[in-house]
Amino acid sequence: MQDNQKPIVSSSADFQREIAELLIECLNLDVTADQIIPDAPLYDKGLGLDSIDVLEVALVVSKRYGLQLRADSTDNQHIFSSLRSLADYIATERTL
Amino acid sequence: MITPSLPLVAHVSPDSIIAWRAAGAVTLRQFLAEVGQLAARFPAGSHLLNMCSDRYRFSVGLAAAIVAGKVSLLPPAHTPEVVRQMKVFAPDVFCLTDRDLDTEDLPQLKYPVMGVGQPDEFAIPQIAAGQRIAVLFTSGSTGIPQPHPKTWRALVGSVQAGALRLGLLHNHPCTLIGTVPPQHMYGLESTVLMAWQSGNALSQAQPFYPADICRALAAVPTPRVLVSSPVHLRALLDAGLALPEIARVVSATAPLSAQLAQDVEARCNAPLMEIYGSTETGMIATRNPTQGAEWQLLPGIKLVAEGDCMRACGGHVETPIAMNDIIEPLTAERFLLHGRMSDLVNIAGKRHSLASLNHLLNALPGVVDGAFYMPDEAGHDHVTRLAACVVAPGMAAADLLAALREHIDPVFLPRPLLFVDELPRNRTGKLPRAALQALLQTHRTRKTYE
Repeated sequence: MQDNQKPIVSSSADFQREIAELLIECLNLDVTADQIIPDAPLYDKGLGLDSIDVLEVALVVSKRYGLQLRADSTDNQHIFSSLRSLADYIATERTL
Repeated sequence: MITPSLPLVAHVSPDSIIAWRAAGAVTLRQFLAEVGQLAARFPAGSHLLNMCSDRYRFSVGLAAAIVAGKVSLLPPAHTPEVVRQMKVFAPDVFCLTDRDLDTEDLPQLKYPVMGVGQPDEFAIPQIAAGQRIAVLFTSGSTGIPQPHPKTWRALVGSVQAGALRLGLLHNHPCTLIGTVPPQHMYGLESTVLMAWQSGNALSQAQPFYPADICRALAAVPTPRVLVSSPVHLRALLDAGLALPEIARVVSATAPLSAQLAQDVEARCNAPLMEIYGSTETGMIATRNPTQGAEWQLLPGIKLVAEGDCMRACGGHVETPIAMNDIIEPLTAERFLLHGRMSDLVNIAGKRHSLASLNHLLNALPGVVDGAFYMPDEAGHDHVTRLAACVVAPGMAAADLLAALREHIDPVFLPRPLLFVDELPRNRTGKLPRAALQALLQTHRTRKTYE
Protein backbone atom coordinates (compact mmCIF):
# COMPACT_ATOMS: atom_id res chain seq x y z
CA MET A 1 0.00 0.00 0.00
CA GLN A 2 1.57 3.29 -1.05
CA ASP A 3 1.03 6.38 1.01
CA ASN A 4 -0.39 9.32 -0.82
CA GLN A 5 2.46 11.08 -2.51
CA LYS A 6 3.17 14.40 -0.90
CA PRO A 7 4.87 17.14 -2.87
CA ILE A 8 8.57 17.07 -1.99
CA VAL A 9 9.64 19.92 0.23
CA SER A 10 13.11 21.25 -0.48
CA SER A 11 15.03 21.62 2.73
CA SER A 12 16.66 24.93 3.58
CA ALA A 13 20.37 25.24 4.30
CA ASP A 14 19.49 25.86 7.94
CA PHE A 15 17.45 22.66 8.12
CA GLN A 16 20.25 20.68 6.46
CA ARG A 17 22.59 22.01 9.10
CA GLU A 18 20.13 20.96 11.81
CA ILE A 19 20.09 17.43 10.38
CA ALA A 20 23.89 17.42 10.03
CA GLU A 21 24.18 18.29 13.70
CA LEU A 22 21.69 15.59 14.57
CA LEU A 23 23.80 13.03 12.68
CA ILE A 24 26.97 14.14 14.46
CA GLU A 25 25.37 14.09 17.90
CA CYS A 26 23.51 10.84 17.37
CA LEU A 27 26.48 8.94 15.88
CA ASN A 28 29.31 10.66 17.72
CA LEU A 29 30.95 11.48 14.38
CA ASP A 30 34.40 12.95 14.17
CA VAL A 31 33.43 15.87 11.88
CA THR A 32 31.78 19.28 12.13
CA ALA A 33 28.46 20.16 10.49
CA ASP A 34 30.29 22.30 7.91
CA GLN A 35 32.28 19.29 6.80
CA ILE A 36 29.21 17.31 5.76
CA ILE A 37 28.67 18.29 2.15
CA PRO A 38 24.93 18.32 1.35
CA ASP A 39 25.27 16.24 -1.82
CA ALA A 40 28.05 13.86 -0.75
CA PRO A 41 26.96 10.26 -0.02
CA LEU A 42 26.21 9.41 3.61
CA TYR A 43 26.91 5.73 3.04
CA ASP A 44 30.21 4.14 2.17
CA LYS A 45 32.86 6.43 0.84
CA GLY A 46 31.17 9.66 1.89
CA LEU A 47 30.45 9.93 5.60
CA GLY A 48 30.84 6.17 5.98
CA LEU A 49 27.51 5.43 7.65
CA ASP A 50 26.35 1.82 7.81
CA SER A 51 23.08 0.11 8.54
CA ILE A 52 23.42 0.34 12.33
CA ASP A 53 23.93 4.10 12.03
CA VAL A 54 20.89 4.37 9.80
CA LEU A 55 18.81 2.57 12.42
CA GLU A 56 20.05 4.95 15.14
CA VAL A 57 19.35 8.00 13.02
CA ALA A 58 15.90 6.69 12.09
CA LEU A 59 14.99 6.39 15.78
CA VAL A 60 16.04 9.92 16.63
CA VAL A 61 14.39 11.31 13.51
CA SER A 62 11.14 9.46 14.19
CA LYS A 63 10.94 10.95 17.68
CA ARG A 64 12.01 14.46 16.88
CA TYR A 65 10.01 14.92 13.71
CA GLY A 66 7.16 12.43 14.15
CA LEU A 67 7.62 10.17 11.14
CA GLN A 68 8.41 6.49 10.58
CA LEU A 69 11.00 5.42 8.06
CA ARG A 70 10.44 2.21 6.17
CA ALA A 71 12.96 0.19 4.19
CA ASP A 72 10.29 -1.14 1.88
CA SER A 73 9.33 2.27 0.64
CA THR A 74 10.85 2.36 -2.81
CA ASP A 75 13.12 5.30 -2.13
CA ASN A 76 14.86 4.15 1.05
CA GLN A 77 18.26 4.01 -0.62
CA HIS A 78 17.60 7.47 -1.99
CA ILE A 79 16.60 8.93 1.39
CA PHE A 80 19.97 8.16 2.92
CA SER A 81 21.94 8.89 -0.25
CA SER A 82 22.94 12.38 0.93
CA LEU A 83 22.35 14.96 3.64
CA ARG A 84 20.19 16.95 1.24
CA SER A 85 17.94 14.00 0.35
CA LEU A 86 17.57 13.01 4.02
CA ALA A 87 16.72 16.59 4.99
CA ASP A 88 14.25 16.89 2.07
CA TYR A 89 12.59 13.65 3.12
CA ILE A 90 12.22 14.74 6.75
CA ALA A 91 10.99 18.18 5.71
CA THR A 92 8.35 16.50 3.54
CA GLU A 93 7.17 13.81 5.95
CA ARG A 94 7.52 15.50 9.34
CA THR A 95 4.46 15.83 11.53
CA LEU A 96 6.19 17.60 14.43
CA MET B 1 25.01 -50.37 2.98
CA ILE B 2 22.28 -47.84 3.67
CA THR B 3 23.36 -44.24 4.07
CA PRO B 4 21.34 -42.61 6.84
CA SER B 5 19.28 -39.74 5.54
CA LEU B 6 17.11 -37.00 6.99
CA PRO B 7 14.20 -35.25 5.26
CA LEU B 8 14.64 -31.75 3.86
CA VAL B 9 11.65 -30.55 5.85
CA ALA B 10 9.52 -31.85 8.72
CA HIS B 11 6.27 -30.86 6.98
CA VAL B 12 4.35 -33.86 5.72
CA SER B 13 1.29 -32.69 3.81
CA PRO B 14 1.85 -31.15 0.38
CA ASP B 15 -0.60 -28.44 1.42
CA SER B 16 1.20 -27.43 4.61
CA ILE B 17 2.46 -23.86 4.58
CA ILE B 18 6.22 -23.44 4.48
CA ALA B 19 6.49 -19.72 3.84
CA TRP B 20 4.60 -16.44 3.63
CA ARG B 21 5.36 -14.06 0.83
CA ALA B 22 3.81 -10.72 -0.05
CA ALA B 23 1.53 -12.65 -2.41
CA GLY B 24 0.37 -15.02 0.33
CA ALA B 25 1.10 -18.51 1.59
CA VAL B 26 3.51 -20.90 -0.13
CA THR B 27 2.61 -24.56 0.24
CA LEU B 28 5.18 -27.32 0.51
CA ARG B 29 4.12 -28.54 -2.94
CA GLN B 30 4.79 -25.14 -4.51
CA PHE B 31 8.07 -24.74 -2.62
CA LEU B 32 9.38 -28.08 -3.82
CA ALA B 33 8.29 -27.33 -7.40
CA GLU B 34 10.24 -24.05 -7.29
CA VAL B 35 13.24 -25.78 -5.73
CA GLY B 36 13.19 -28.21 -8.67
CA GLN B 37 12.89 -25.42 -11.23
CA LEU B 38 15.79 -23.50 -9.71
CA ALA B 39 18.01 -26.58 -9.35
CA ALA B 40 17.46 -27.31 -13.05
CA ARG B 41 18.94 -23.92 -13.94
CA PHE B 42 22.07 -24.24 -11.83
CA PRO B 43 25.36 -24.16 -13.75
CA ALA B 44 27.89 -26.96 -13.33
CA GLY B 45 29.88 -25.38 -10.47
CA SER B 46 29.55 -27.19 -7.16
CA HIS B 47 29.66 -24.09 -4.91
CA LEU B 48 27.00 -21.43 -4.58
CA LEU B 49 27.24 -17.96 -3.08
CA ASN B 50 23.62 -17.32 -2.13
CA MET B 51 23.19 -13.54 -1.97
CA CYS B 52 19.38 -13.41 -2.20
CA SER B 53 18.04 -10.69 0.05
CA ASP B 54 14.49 -12.04 0.10
CA ARG B 55 14.40 -14.76 2.74
CA TYR B 56 12.05 -16.99 0.76
CA ARG B 57 14.26 -16.85 -2.33
CA PHE B 58 17.29 -17.53 -0.14
CA SER B 59 15.51 -20.60 1.21
CA VAL B 60 14.65 -21.87 -2.28
CA GLY B 61 18.29 -21.32 -3.32
CA LEU B 62 19.53 -23.20 -0.27
CA ALA B 63 17.12 -26.09 -0.79
CA ALA B 64 17.91 -26.29 -4.52
CA ALA B 65 21.63 -26.42 -3.71
CA ILE B 66 21.04 -29.18 -1.16
CA VAL B 67 18.94 -31.22 -3.57
CA ALA B 68 21.48 -30.71 -6.37
CA GLY B 69 24.38 -31.70 -4.09
CA LYS B 70 25.99 -28.24 -4.18
CA VAL B 71 27.58 -26.47 -1.23
CA SER B 72 26.34 -23.01 -0.16
CA LEU B 73 29.16 -20.63 0.79
CA LEU B 74 28.18 -18.18 3.52
CA PRO B 75 30.93 -15.63 4.26
CA PRO B 76 30.50 -12.95 6.96
CA ALA B 77 30.19 -10.13 4.40
CA HIS B 78 30.05 -9.59 0.67
CA THR B 79 32.85 -7.06 0.30
CA PRO B 80 34.83 -7.25 -2.99
CA GLU B 81 37.78 -8.81 -1.19
CA VAL B 82 35.64 -11.47 0.47
CA VAL B 83 34.06 -12.34 -2.88
CA ARG B 84 37.57 -12.76 -4.32
CA GLN B 85 38.48 -14.98 -1.38
CA MET B 86 35.42 -17.15 -2.03
CA LYS B 87 36.68 -17.66 -5.56
CA VAL B 88 40.06 -18.72 -4.21
CA PHE B 89 38.37 -21.11 -1.80
CA ALA B 90 36.16 -22.60 -4.52
CA PRO B 91 37.15 -21.63 -8.10
CA ASP B 92 33.89 -23.04 -9.50
CA VAL B 93 31.70 -20.83 -7.28
CA PHE B 94 28.74 -19.04 -8.84
CA CYS B 95 26.44 -16.53 -7.28
CA LEU B 96 22.65 -16.58 -6.91
CA THR B 97 21.17 -13.12 -6.61
CA ASP B 98 17.76 -11.49 -6.66
CA ARG B 99 19.10 -7.99 -7.32
CA ASP B 100 21.11 -6.35 -10.04
CA LEU B 101 24.70 -6.51 -8.88
CA ASP B 102 27.01 -4.06 -10.54
CA THR B 103 30.45 -5.49 -9.90
CA GLU B 104 30.83 -9.18 -9.38
CA ASP B 105 33.72 -11.24 -10.63
CA LEU B 106 31.58 -14.34 -10.36
CA PRO B 107 29.27 -16.10 -12.80
CA GLN B 108 25.80 -14.95 -11.81
CA LEU B 109 22.47 -16.70 -11.79
CA LYS B 110 19.63 -14.25 -11.45
CA TYR B 111 16.78 -15.66 -9.37
CA PRO B 112 14.25 -16.63 -12.04
CA VAL B 113 10.58 -15.86 -12.36
CA MET B 114 9.09 -19.22 -11.46
CA GLY B 115 6.68 -20.95 -13.79
CA VAL B 116 3.20 -21.87 -12.63
CA GLY B 117 3.62 -25.06 -10.66
CA GLN B 118 2.78 -28.13 -12.72
CA PRO B 119 1.34 -30.97 -10.67
CA ASP B 120 4.74 -32.55 -10.14
CA GLU B 121 5.07 -35.84 -8.44
CA PHE B 122 5.23 -34.93 -4.79
CA ALA B 123 8.11 -36.33 -2.77
CA ILE B 124 9.98 -34.81 0.15
CA PRO B 125 13.71 -35.01 -0.63
CA GLN B 126 15.73 -37.21 1.68
CA ILE B 127 19.19 -35.79 2.27
CA ALA B 128 22.20 -37.91 3.23
CA ALA B 129 23.07 -37.07 6.84
CA GLY B 130 26.75 -36.69 6.03
CA GLN B 131 26.24 -34.43 2.99
CA ARG B 132 28.15 -31.16 3.16
CA ILE B 133 25.46 -28.48 2.96
CA ALA B 134 27.23 -25.24 3.62
CA VAL B 135 30.54 -23.67 4.50
CA LEU B 136 30.29 -20.70 6.83
CA PHE B 137 33.26 -18.41 7.27
CA THR B 138 34.62 -16.44 10.20
CA SER B 139 37.15 -13.66 9.86
CA GLY B 140 40.15 -15.67 11.10
CA SER B 141 43.20 -14.05 12.67
CA THR B 142 45.30 -13.55 9.51
CA GLY B 143 42.76 -11.85 7.27
CA ILE B 144 41.92 -15.07 5.42
CA PRO B 145 38.36 -16.20 6.15
CA GLN B 146 38.28 -19.46 8.07
CA PRO B 147 35.96 -22.12 6.62
CA HIS B 148 33.54 -24.06 8.84
CA PRO B 149 31.87 -26.86 6.88
CA LYS B 150 28.42 -28.01 7.98
CA THR B 151 26.89 -31.40 7.38
CA TRP B 152 23.16 -31.93 7.11
CA ARG B 153 23.28 -34.03 10.28
CA ALA B 154 24.89 -31.22 12.29
CA LEU B 155 22.51 -28.52 11.05
CA VAL B 156 19.40 -30.62 11.57
CA GLY B 157 20.54 -31.72 15.03
CA SER B 158 21.16 -28.14 16.07
CA VAL B 159 17.86 -26.65 14.92
CA GLN B 160 15.76 -29.58 16.10
CA ALA B 161 17.20 -29.21 19.59
CA GLY B 162 16.60 -25.46 19.39
CA ALA B 163 13.04 -25.86 18.14
CA LEU B 164 12.26 -28.22 20.99
CA ARG B 165 13.65 -25.74 23.52
CA LEU B 166 11.66 -22.90 21.95
CA GLY B 167 8.46 -24.90 22.03
CA LEU B 168 8.00 -24.80 18.26
CA LEU B 169 7.20 -28.48 17.82
CA HIS B 170 3.48 -28.47 18.30
CA ASN B 171 0.45 -28.92 16.14
CA HIS B 172 -0.39 -25.28 15.71
CA PRO B 173 1.99 -24.04 13.00
CA CYS B 174 3.54 -20.64 13.56
CA THR B 175 5.42 -18.22 11.35
CA LEU B 176 8.99 -17.11 12.00
CA ILE B 177 9.72 -13.47 11.21
CA GLY B 178 13.43 -12.64 11.20
CA THR B 179 15.20 -9.28 11.41
CA VAL B 180 18.57 -10.99 10.95
CA PRO B 181 19.89 -12.06 7.54
CA PRO B 182 19.76 -15.76 6.64
CA GLN B 183 23.36 -15.62 5.39
CA HIS B 184 24.79 -15.73 8.92
CA MET B 185 24.69 -18.76 11.20
CA TYR B 186 22.03 -17.44 13.60
CA GLY B 187 19.69 -16.35 10.81
CA LEU B 188 20.37 -19.49 8.79
CA GLU B 189 19.48 -21.69 11.73
CA SER B 190 16.73 -19.74 13.41
CA THR B 191 14.85 -18.19 10.49
CA VAL B 192 15.20 -20.85 7.77
CA LEU B 193 16.33 -24.28 8.94
CA MET B 194 14.29 -24.15 12.16
CA ALA B 195 11.13 -23.39 10.17
CA TRP B 196 11.88 -26.32 7.83
CA GLN B 197 12.69 -28.75 10.59
CA SER B 198 9.86 -27.87 12.96
CA GLY B 199 7.07 -27.90 10.39
CA ASN B 200 6.55 -24.15 10.63
CA ALA B 201 6.60 -21.30 8.12
CA LEU B 202 9.10 -18.52 7.47
CA SER B 203 8.28 -14.97 6.47
CA GLN B 204 9.99 -13.75 3.32
CA ALA B 205 10.53 -10.35 4.89
CA GLN B 206 13.83 -8.85 5.94
CA PRO B 207 12.47 -5.95 8.02
CA PHE B 208 14.86 -3.22 9.05
CA TYR B 209 13.18 -0.19 10.61
CA PRO B 210 10.78 -0.63 13.54
CA ALA B 211 7.83 0.22 11.27
CA ASP B 212 9.00 -2.52 8.86
CA ILE B 213 9.08 -5.07 11.68
CA CYS B 214 5.51 -4.19 12.67
CA ARG B 215 4.35 -4.51 9.07
CA ALA B 216 6.12 -7.84 8.57
CA LEU B 217 4.51 -9.17 11.75
CA ALA B 218 1.06 -7.95 10.77
CA ALA B 219 1.41 -9.47 7.29
CA VAL B 220 1.40 -13.06 8.57
CA PRO B 221 -1.15 -14.94 10.67
CA THR B 222 -0.71 -15.69 14.37
CA PRO B 223 1.04 -17.30 16.15
CA ARG B 224 4.15 -15.30 15.24
CA VAL B 225 7.71 -15.81 16.42
CA LEU B 226 9.98 -12.78 16.15
CA VAL B 227 13.64 -13.80 15.61
CA SER B 228 15.79 -10.77 16.30
CA SER B 229 18.81 -9.24 17.99
CA PRO B 230 19.41 -6.70 20.79
CA VAL B 231 20.04 -3.91 18.26
CA HIS B 232 16.71 -4.42 16.49
CA LEU B 233 14.74 -5.13 19.66
CA ARG B 234 15.98 -1.95 21.31
CA ALA B 235 15.09 0.07 18.21
CA LEU B 236 11.67 -1.59 18.08
CA LEU B 237 10.85 -0.72 21.69
CA ASP B 238 12.31 2.78 21.47
CA ALA B 239 10.10 3.57 18.49
CA GLY B 240 7.05 3.17 20.72
CA LEU B 241 4.85 1.73 17.97
CA ALA B 242 1.79 -0.43 18.61
CA LEU B 243 3.04 -4.00 18.23
CA PRO B 244 1.03 -6.72 16.51
CA GLU B 245 0.39 -9.86 18.56
CA ILE B 246 3.57 -11.89 19.09
CA ALA B 247 3.68 -15.40 20.56
CA ARG B 248 7.41 -15.57 21.26
CA VAL B 249 10.55 -13.49 20.88
CA VAL B 250 13.96 -14.99 20.15
CA SER B 251 17.19 -13.02 20.46
CA ALA B 252 20.84 -13.80 19.78
CA THR B 253 24.12 -12.23 18.60
CA ALA B 254 24.86 -10.62 22.00
CA PRO B 255 23.36 -11.03 25.46
CA LEU B 256 20.45 -8.73 26.27
CA SER B 257 20.68 -6.61 29.38
CA ALA B 258 18.28 -7.64 32.13
CA GLN B 259 16.39 -4.37 31.70
CA LEU B 260 15.91 -4.68 27.93
CA ALA B 261 14.89 -8.32 28.36
CA GLN B 262 12.18 -7.32 30.84
CA ASP B 263 11.01 -4.50 28.59
CA VAL B 264 10.83 -6.85 25.59
CA GLU B 265 8.64 -9.32 27.45
CA ALA B 266 6.41 -6.60 28.86
CA ARG B 267 5.92 -4.70 25.61
CA CYS B 268 5.63 -7.74 23.33
CA ASN B 269 3.54 -9.56 25.92
CA ALA B 270 5.40 -12.72 24.98
CA PRO B 271 8.07 -14.95 26.49
CA LEU B 272 11.62 -14.20 25.41
CA MET B 273 14.23 -16.84 24.68
CA GLU B 274 17.87 -16.08 24.06
CA ILE B 275 20.13 -18.34 22.07
CA TYR B 276 23.87 -18.70 22.58
CA GLY B 277 26.11 -20.16 19.95
CA SER B 278 28.72 -19.41 17.34
CA THR B 279 29.33 -19.80 13.64
CA GLU B 280 31.54 -22.77 14.42
CA THR B 281 29.08 -24.61 16.69
CA GLY B 282 25.64 -23.38 15.75
CA MET B 283 23.31 -22.85 18.68
CA ILE B 284 24.42 -24.63 21.84
CA ALA B 285 22.46 -23.10 24.72
CA THR B 286 19.38 -21.06 25.57
CA ARG B 287 18.04 -19.04 28.47
CA ASN B 288 15.07 -16.97 29.40
CA PRO B 289 16.90 -13.87 30.68
CA THR B 290 13.98 -12.67 32.78
CA GLN B 291 14.10 -15.95 34.73
CA GLY B 292 17.82 -15.80 35.43
CA ALA B 293 21.25 -15.20 33.96
CA GLU B 294 22.12 -18.89 33.62
CA TRP B 295 22.34 -20.55 30.23
CA GLN B 296 21.21 -24.12 29.72
CA LEU B 297 23.06 -26.27 27.19
CA LEU B 298 21.10 -28.05 24.48
CA PRO B 299 20.82 -31.83 25.00
CA GLY B 300 24.07 -33.72 24.40
CA ILE B 301 26.30 -30.63 24.35
CA LYS B 302 29.14 -30.49 26.87
CA LEU B 303 31.61 -27.79 27.82
CA VAL B 304 35.12 -28.99 28.61
CA ALA B 305 37.79 -26.72 30.09
CA GLU B 306 41.04 -26.59 28.18
CA GLY B 307 43.63 -24.08 29.32
CA ASP B 308 42.02 -20.65 29.48
CA CYS B 309 39.08 -21.49 27.31
CA MET B 310 36.09 -23.80 27.18
CA ARG B 311 35.47 -26.20 24.36
CA ALA B 312 32.02 -27.21 23.24
CA CYS B 313 31.57 -30.80 22.11
CA GLY B 314 28.97 -33.54 21.85
CA GLY B 315 25.49 -33.40 20.37
CA HIS B 316 25.50 -31.76 16.94
CA VAL B 317 28.99 -30.27 17.50
CA GLU B 318 30.99 -32.70 15.41
CA THR B 319 34.49 -31.65 16.45
CA PRO B 320 35.31 -29.87 19.74
CA ILE B 321 35.26 -26.09 19.30
CA ALA B 322 36.97 -23.53 21.55
CA MET B 323 34.39 -20.88 22.46
CA ASN B 324 35.42 -17.23 22.15
CA ASP B 325 33.64 -16.15 25.31
CA ILE B 326 34.57 -16.33 28.96
CA ILE B 327 32.39 -19.11 30.32
CA GLU B 328 31.87 -20.05 33.96
CA PRO B 329 30.40 -23.56 34.26
CA LEU B 330 27.92 -23.98 37.11
CA THR B 331 26.77 -27.56 36.55
CA ALA B 332 27.22 -30.02 33.67
CA GLU B 333 24.37 -28.30 31.85
CA ARG B 334 24.39 -24.73 33.11
CA PHE B 335 26.83 -21.85 32.80
CA LEU B 336 27.27 -18.09 32.96
CA LEU B 337 28.77 -15.86 30.28
CA HIS B 338 31.24 -13.15 31.30
CA GLY B 339 31.93 -11.36 28.03
CA ARG B 340 34.13 -12.21 25.13
CA MET B 341 37.78 -13.10 24.92
CA SER B 342 39.82 -9.96 24.42
CA ASP B 343 40.76 -10.69 20.81
CA LEU B 344 37.21 -10.95 19.61
CA VAL B 345 35.23 -7.89 18.62
CA ASN B 346 31.44 -8.22 18.40
CA ILE B 347 29.66 -5.24 16.86
CA ALA B 348 25.94 -5.71 16.46
CA GLY B 349 26.42 -9.44 16.14
CA LYS B 350 29.22 -9.26 13.59
CA ARG B 351 32.42 -10.75 14.91
CA HIS B 352 35.98 -10.09 13.94
CA SER B 353 39.33 -10.93 15.44
CA LEU B 354 41.17 -7.83 16.63
CA ALA B 355 44.45 -9.47 15.62
CA SER B 356 43.09 -9.90 12.12
CA LEU B 357 41.94 -6.28 11.91
CA ASN B 358 45.40 -5.12 13.01
CA HIS B 359 46.97 -7.41 10.46
CA LEU B 360 44.81 -5.95 7.67
CA LEU B 361 45.49 -2.38 8.77
CA ASN B 362 49.25 -2.86 8.84
CA ALA B 363 49.23 -4.62 5.47
CA LEU B 364 47.76 -1.56 3.71
CA PRO B 365 50.23 0.27 1.46
CA GLY B 366 51.20 3.56 3.12
CA VAL B 367 50.56 2.39 6.69
CA VAL B 368 53.76 2.31 8.75
CA ASP B 369 52.16 1.21 12.00
CA GLY B 370 48.63 0.98 13.24
CA ALA B 371 46.36 -0.52 15.86
CA PHE B 372 42.65 -0.91 16.43
CA TYR B 373 41.20 -0.25 19.86
CA MET B 374 37.89 -1.50 21.20
CA PRO B 375 36.58 0.85 23.89
CA ASP B 376 34.82 -0.64 26.88
CA GLU B 377 31.17 -0.96 26.05
CA ALA B 378 29.18 2.02 27.26
CA GLY B 379 25.89 0.23 27.71
CA HIS B 380 24.73 -3.27 27.09
CA ASP B 381 22.30 -2.51 24.33
CA HIS B 382 24.12 0.31 22.58
CA VAL B 383 26.55 -0.33 19.81
CA THR B 384 30.16 0.51 20.66
CA ARG B 385 32.50 1.27 17.76
CA LEU B 386 36.13 0.51 17.17
CA ALA B 387 38.75 3.25 17.14
CA ALA B 388 42.17 3.10 15.51
CA CYS B 389 45.49 4.93 15.64
CA VAL B 390 47.73 4.89 12.60
CA VAL B 391 51.11 6.13 11.52
CA ALA B 392 50.66 6.76 7.79
CA PRO B 393 52.49 9.89 6.67
CA GLY B 394 50.94 11.51 3.63
CA MET B 395 47.94 9.23 3.55
CA ALA B 396 44.44 10.70 3.59
CA ALA B 397 41.86 9.29 6.01
CA ALA B 398 39.36 8.79 3.19
CA ASP B 399 41.84 6.66 1.20
CA LEU B 400 42.74 4.57 4.21
CA LEU B 401 39.08 3.95 5.02
CA ALA B 402 38.34 3.10 1.38
CA ALA B 403 41.18 0.55 1.42
CA LEU B 404 39.88 -1.01 4.64
CA ARG B 405 36.37 -1.10 3.22
CA GLU B 406 37.63 -3.45 0.50
CA HIS B 407 38.42 -6.01 3.17
CA ILE B 408 36.04 -5.65 6.07
CA ASP B 409 32.39 -5.06 6.84
CA PRO B 410 31.76 -1.33 7.38
CA VAL B 411 30.70 -1.88 11.01
CA PHE B 412 34.37 -2.51 11.80
CA LEU B 413 35.65 0.73 10.27
CA PRO B 414 37.34 2.79 12.99
CA ARG B 415 35.58 5.81 14.43
CA PRO B 416 37.59 7.84 15.18
CA LEU B 417 40.60 7.12 13.00
CA LEU B 418 43.44 9.03 14.58
CA PHE B 419 46.64 9.86 12.68
CA VAL B 420 49.69 10.06 14.94
CA ASP B 421 53.45 10.38 14.54
CA GLU B 422 54.09 7.18 16.43
CA LEU B 423 52.23 4.63 18.51
CA PRO B 424 52.95 4.48 22.26
CA ARG B 425 54.75 1.15 22.05
CA ASN B 426 56.80 0.10 25.05
CA ARG B 427 60.44 -1.00 24.92
CA THR B 428 59.52 -4.53 23.92
CA GLY B 429 57.46 -3.20 21.03
CA LYS B 430 54.17 -4.07 22.69
CA LEU B 431 51.29 -1.68 22.66
CA PRO B 432 49.65 -1.56 26.09
CA ARG B 433 45.89 -1.14 25.89
CA ALA B 434 46.05 1.62 28.51
CA ALA B 435 48.53 3.63 26.42
CA LEU B 436 46.31 3.40 23.36
CA GLN B 437 43.31 4.38 25.46
CA ALA B 438 45.18 7.40 26.82
CA LEU B 439 46.16 8.48 23.31
CA LEU B 440 42.58 8.34 22.09
CA GLN B 441 41.34 10.07 25.23
CA THR B 442 43.73 12.98 24.65
CA HIS B 443 42.40 13.26 21.14
CA ARG B 444 38.79 13.32 22.34
CA THR B 445 39.48 15.97 24.96
CA ARG B 446 41.30 18.16 22.48
CA LYS B 447 38.41 17.88 20.07
CA THR B 448 35.92 18.90 22.74
CA TYR B 449 37.76 22.10 23.59
CA GLU B 450 38.62 23.12 20.07
